Amino acid sequence: MAEVPDTGTFDALHGVLAIVVAWLALGAICMIRPRDLRVVRVFFPAGAIAGVLLAAFAAIALADAPRLMVLPLGLPDLPFHVRIDALSAFFLLLLGCASACISLFSSGYFRSEEGTSPGLVGLHYHVFLAAMALVLVADDAYFFMVAWETMALASFFLVTTDHRKEEIRRAGYLYLLIAHVGAIAILLCFGALQGGRGDYTFDAMRAVTLAGSWPSIAFFLALAGFGAKAGLLPLHVWLPEAHPAAPSPVSALMSGVMLKTAIYGLLRVTFDLLHVQAWWWGVVALALGLLTALFGVIFAAVQTDMKRLLAYSSIENIGIIVAAIGLAIVFDANGKPLLGAIALTAALYHALNHAFFKSLLFLATGSVLHSTRERSLGRLGGLIHRMPWVAWLALLGTLAIAGLPPLNGFVSEWLLLQAFLFTPTLPQSFVNMLVPLAAAALVLAVALAAYVMVKFYGVVFLGRPREAELVHAHDAGVRERAGLLLLAIGCVLLGLFPVNVIAGIDHVNAQLLKTSVKPAGESSWWLLAPVALERSSYSPLIVFGVISGVVLVTIFVVHRVWHGRVRRAPAWTCGFPILTARMQDTAEGFGQPIRQVFEPFFGIERHLPSPSDTAPVYFMRASDRLWRWLYMPIARSVEAAARVAGLLQQGRIGVYLGYSFVTLIALLFFVQ
Amino acid sequence: MSLGALGSQLLQVAVALALAPLLVGWVTQCRAWLSNRRAPSILLPYRTIHKLFVKDAVVADNASPIFRIAPYVVFGAMTCAAAIVPSLATALPFGAAADAIALVGLFALARVFLALAAMDIGTAFGSLGARREMFIGFLAEPALLMVLFTASLISGSTSLPTIVDTLAHGPLGIYPSLAFAGVAFTMVSLAENARIPIDNPATHLELTMIHEAMLLEYSARHLALLEWASALKLFNYSCIGLALFVPFGVAEGANALAIIAAAPALVAKLAIGGAGLALIETLSAKLRIFRAPEFLGTAFLLAVLGMLVNLLLGS
Repeated sequence: MAEVPDTGTFDALHGVLAIVVAWLALGAICMIRPRDLRVVRVFFPAGAIAGVLLAAFAAIALADAPRLMVLPLGLPDLPFHVRIDALSAFFLLLLGCASACISLFSSGYFRSEEGTSPGLVGLHYHVFLAAMALVLVADDAYFFMVAWETMALASFFLVTTDHRKEEIRRAGYLYLLIAHVGAIAILLCFGALQGGRGDYTFDAMRAVTLAGSWPSIAFFLALAGFGAKAGLLPLHVWLPEAHPAAPSPVSALMSGVMLKTAIYGLLRVTFDLLHVQAWWWGVVALALGLLTALFGVIFAAVQTDMKRLLAYSSIENIGIIVAAIGLAIVFDANGKPLLGAIALTAALYHALNHAFFKSLLFLATGSVLHSTRERSLGRLGGLIHRMPWVAWLALLGTLAIAGLPPLNGFVSEWLLLQAFLFTPTLPQSFVNMLVPLAAAALVLAVALAAYVMVKFYGVVFLGRPREAELVHAHDAGVRERAGLLLLAIGCVLLGLFPVNVIAGIDHVNAQLLKTSVKPAGESSWWLLAPVALERSSYSPLIVFGVISGVVLVTIFVVHRVWHGRVRRAPAWTCGFPILTARMQDTAEGFGQPIRQVFEPFFGIERHLPSPSDTAPVYFMRASDRLWRWLYMPIARSVEAAARVAGLLQQGRIGVYLGYSFVTLIALLFFVQ
Repeated sequence: MSLGALGSQLLQVAVALALAPLLVGWVTQCRAWLSNRRAPSILLPYRTIHKLFVKDAVVADNASPIFRIAPYVVFGAMTCAAAIVPSLATALPFGAAADAIALVGLFALARVFLALAAMDIGTAFGSLGARREMFIGFLAEPALLMVLFTASLISGSTSLPTIVDTLAHGPLGIYPSLAFAGVAFTMVSLAENARIPIDNPATHLELTMIHEAMLLEYSARHLALLEWASALKLFNYSCIGLALFVPFGVAEGANALAIIAAAPALVAKLAIGGAGLALIETLSAKLRIFRAPEFLGTAFLLAVLGMLVNLLLGS
């Protein structure tokens, strides 16, 4: 579709920019009375309404021609370019929907005792939202980096909301560090993309055809840079530290939305700005994605902190998305855009799904945290009786993220597996051989995700309360419930109406791959058949209808033919007289089989009590070996280099004057 | 959707619901004979289910609604699965709504609900059973999916009726990949149906139990539904195995005569399969729980090998 330059009439791009301004204004207003909790109660719902409007504008722009604008901002001769096309519209839609629900939840969530005053949190929060929207509409590298860094900084301040705690400051520092390692890679990537012309608008980059190995260099810089933000191996280490540190709505926003901006950047560079694509890029992305997915889910299985568990699960989901993108590259580079479109649809669908169910689960942990002041899985349990709203809505999120039909997680996994089954048609026999292994790794990750989510839900919400104080737990407030409810409804709708969702995603396929999955498939509104009806089809509506029909008929028949009498009695437990909460599986116990099977993956530190101990202690910690193998050597070498450089610092003015003198002499020598 | 297809669909679900307990009874009987015991009646599972339905349900004080819903969801998912697997004929209109991947999804749905229900009361055995069941599942599910993928690579479709149509009514071919898949599938079926060497269906109160540990708190109609559902699961797995590896005799389309002819073939195949299962169970010893990953890992690798063979040989 031809691009439409700015005509002055109000269109979707103006709408998006208006929302950005509105969010920035809301952030500023929050600072008028920073200590007053009412700013959160009033202005966060306003931000939620802005999010809904953003989603509406994005939905309009999704099917529309791309729109451009040059903003009268920025440096002289270096104005900000903005543009909205199908790709950015899709991610804006994701941002709008997810942020609306999270803002609504946040309006009931934030308390005065978070460590930072509510007004300041409101400022950071809304600047964060606005920066994410700007990242998605930026149309030149300069503006993109400004928005990207604003996003990183705003999220850093949000992560360190409770900045009086040492470990939270450490987590924030780690996050900031890796965000900047990534930002440098992205900056270098843009440097490679402009091809020596010095024009950093995305339009110029699209026009440049890079020669030699530059496209590959640009792609791998993008993979590293955006991978650092998304949590790809080996730059994933900030996620499990930052998420437990951040307040839950911030975790939800970062995991549900911010990680997706990295996916957006990767797609933008790979499919839009770069012309050539080599199939082996796809293989690398596929392998890296699957490795990340497996790594994430294995670590998620042994976590004992509910937010760390979800953070590792985010790493897993990002891995799945990147694997799908890798598959799309492989297909596209081999001239099979239709199959590429199925893989890309799976990636985008999973990104959307993840925004909903992961936000839902992170927010649910927030409610649990506020109500019990407990984040450790070993001290929770039985909350379904105390917090029915949160528990039942979290159950939907749990089933969705576990990839169970008829909810949304299953749809994207189904699509991705369909794409995998087509790979035997590829010309590279080497790739063909890899496919079974890749498909096997994917299904292994998905099956383990179900294990992890059963652990998460079962330990937090089911069973008996593991601590006495849990009887005082109370359900979430009305606003929190509303936010959770909307996200859960999103999970259900995305699961039940995949054909309608894919019709929207198809605009992105049309833009990036110049093809569409719709005309090829024989889908009707209730039946998803991405390629051909006899090849594969899936109808969540009918599956849901049949299962619920069978359940209802069974209930009716059983109660009619026999009876429905129920007697309550103490639990039987095989006749053991005493039943305490300590007899249930703990989070460590539930993860133990996985730890045993995948022992080489973990750096395990065990302390076993000896019989002669007067105060026997048992502890076990499973840590990430990458810390020891990759990060600690780097940290040590940086420290060593700093010590060498420190020798220059003598702290006496004579020495520094000497340095200046030597420098001057050297310069004079060179100028001569 | 023609009336005949709908009839064939409903008939196959009804047959699955009706015959599932009989299959369990038959396997129990064969096991008894093989170990030189007097066999209980083949109808015992029906009597047990009826007896349980008549009894008053006892539910633990602290059970949440998940505990009471789970049996119905598990039963519903298994019935749904029975509606996808061609046992008598390939005319299954519901097969269009859910393919082989969705079938694995339905099994996972049942497993997750059962595991959640087992954790609900907060007993030692319940959560232990849930953990082990998920542990077995996370290895068995990918292996099953790989087996189904091998079959769908042969037929170019993930829809089970189409796969069976290709295998049973297409040109007769020899598929070496299916040999690997067949062994892998047998191993997965043993694990998924709580059979020796992974689990023992005839056990109660063993420290090594898996499936039974999750059912300990259930009684009366809830237990009846779960027993029926696990019988259905065995029936479904048997029919998947028969449909993939010995698909002969399954009627093509909704031809009434062919369906009538398919019925004795199905019963005969199930009888032989059930006897074979009893034989495997009698001949093997139960594995330690931590040997289970090796067992299932082997199944998984065999299934992946099957796919590789399929790609290498193109068949």
